[in-house]
Amino acid sequence: MPVSERDGVPIWRKRTPRQALVTWLAWIAGLVILLICFRFISGQTLWFFVVDAPQQAADLVDRMFPPRWAYANQLWSALWDTINIATLGTLMALIISVPVAFLAARNTTPHPTVRAAALFVIVFSRSVNSLIWALLLVSIIGPGVLAGILAIGLRSIGFCSKLLFEAIEETDPRPLEALNATGASGAQVTSYGIVPQVMPAFAGISVYRWDINIRESTVVGLVGAGGIGLQLDASINSLAWNQVSVIFALIVVLVIGSEWVSAKIREAIR
Amino acid sequence: MTRPQHDPAAGRWRPPPLIPSPWWRWALYLGALFYLVLAFSTVDVDLQRVIRGMERVQILFAGFLQPDFVSRWSFIVEGILESLTMTVVATVLGIMLSIPFAFGAARNIAPLPVYLFCRSFIAVSRSFQEIVIAIFFVVMVGFGPLAGVLTLAFATIGFLGKLLAEDIEDIDARPLEAIRATGAGWSKQMGFGVVPQIMPRFIGLSVYRLDINFRESSVIGIVGAGGIGGALNTSISRYEYSTTAAIILVIVALVFMTEYASGIIRKRVQ
Repeated sequence: MPVSERDGVPIWRKRTPRQALVTWLAWIAGLVILLICFRFISGQTLWFFVVDAPQQAADLVDRMFPPRWAYANQLWSALWDTINIATLGTLMALIISVPVAFLAARNTTPHPTVRAAALFVIVFSRSVNSLIWALLLVSIIGPGVLAGILAIGLRSIGFCSKLLFEAIEETDPRPLEALNATGASGAQVTSYGIVPQVMPAFAGISVYRWDINIRESTVVGLVGAGGIGLQLDASINSLAWNQVSVIFALIVVLVIGSEWVSAKIREAIR
Repeated sequence: MTRPQHDPAAGRWRPPPLIPSPWWRWALYLGALFYLVLAFSTVDVDLQRVIRGMERVQILFAGFLQPDFVSRWSFIVEGILESLTMTVVATVLGIMLSIPFAFGAARNIAPLPVYLFCRSFIAVSRSFQEIVIAIFFVVMVGFGPLAGVLTLAFATIGFLGKLLAEDIEDIDARPLEAIRATGAGWSKQMGFGVVPQIMPRFIGLSVYRLDINFRESSVIGIVGAGGIGGALNTSISRYEYSTTAAIILVIVALVFMTEYASGIIRKRVQ
């Protein structure tokens, strides 16, 4: 324990002088990096426009109220599309992520090279945001709900496979060994040994991702991939802020609703 | 389970179904089928457009096999630098702002009015996707990375505030009580009773959020809030898929690196 002495009385210290020095240097280095970063951003900013930001905000809020509630009647089909984008996208991701997860899990993969390829698919899918997928897909297959479903699906593959392959790796090996000892084939060991063990995790993962996807599907429309984001984009472009507030209200209700549903289902599974 | 799992008269053993009640099971299956039919019937797909898009898929794949880093190199570097600096500044700012919200949103240490205010602020911050928040800040402070910094900081408050508040609510109350019994003031109770208990998780969550902020900083540029997203959007809308591929590969590599680093740090503190 580091102790310093003053007038012959030992005083407890948290760190040795050397540790204290290193800590201080680390803090100073962090601060310097932060300042450099801030200078860079400040250089890219037109501070002239920032000065009246409070006014702009007040103006914006002023234009958003009162919300034009009648506009909600034009939004129901967009809302239905949004829910479909999230649900069908999740479904697509789940169907693809099951084989990917089995190939990526250390205990079920046929070969380390296959595992590396599966891990690459997972990392790639997870690193690219669903909006980037949506941008790409809109330019490839044209705007619409299909692009949204594919974007959400492609983004979710990595997430679902990652959590699923971790669950597969954590399975108890003893039942599998017991099944092997009875002379069960590989497929039988998988379906009677692994599947029952990861089923609760799988159900949890799908509901959890569906909940996230509901949030994400509200914005893929901003780049043309269908759903309520399309109406949001149109309203913002026409500066109809009193319609924007209606859309926001709907999004909040949708998000809270989906969170409630997913919490209830996950509770029921457990 | 009182029901016999194995009935020799019925023949083969079957694994117990996931949902025990047959009524619920069939209702869920039928409901899911009904929804899927309904959902697929409303997804309108322009087949001609999709077929034409297949050509572009080939171009995109060719782009990934031969990414073009060179011709737009300066834009890529500038965008990435902007994304990185935005991430650093926004994460630090967000962490600093989220601490008071986290303490305020923990029911065991905050009075009810403060609790309700902080919880509702966090709920608002969490309901909206980063890109929607970015639209707002772009309107307020103009195009550029400052809008991105404010967006990411705002989103960080919701994320860290909620998770940290839950952690504070879960602390062991006994050390806190012991410190209160010594006559320590509020700040000393927090500093010596609460902070040491939440510190490991706080560091872990902050590093995790740094990671998320970098991912998000690569898309909010689509609406003009700075970062690599702007360059990406431009390259896609100009059909320069080889540049698009280069940018996506850079993002994937950086995300992979930050994720790897944050994984190491989180493992060390926990």
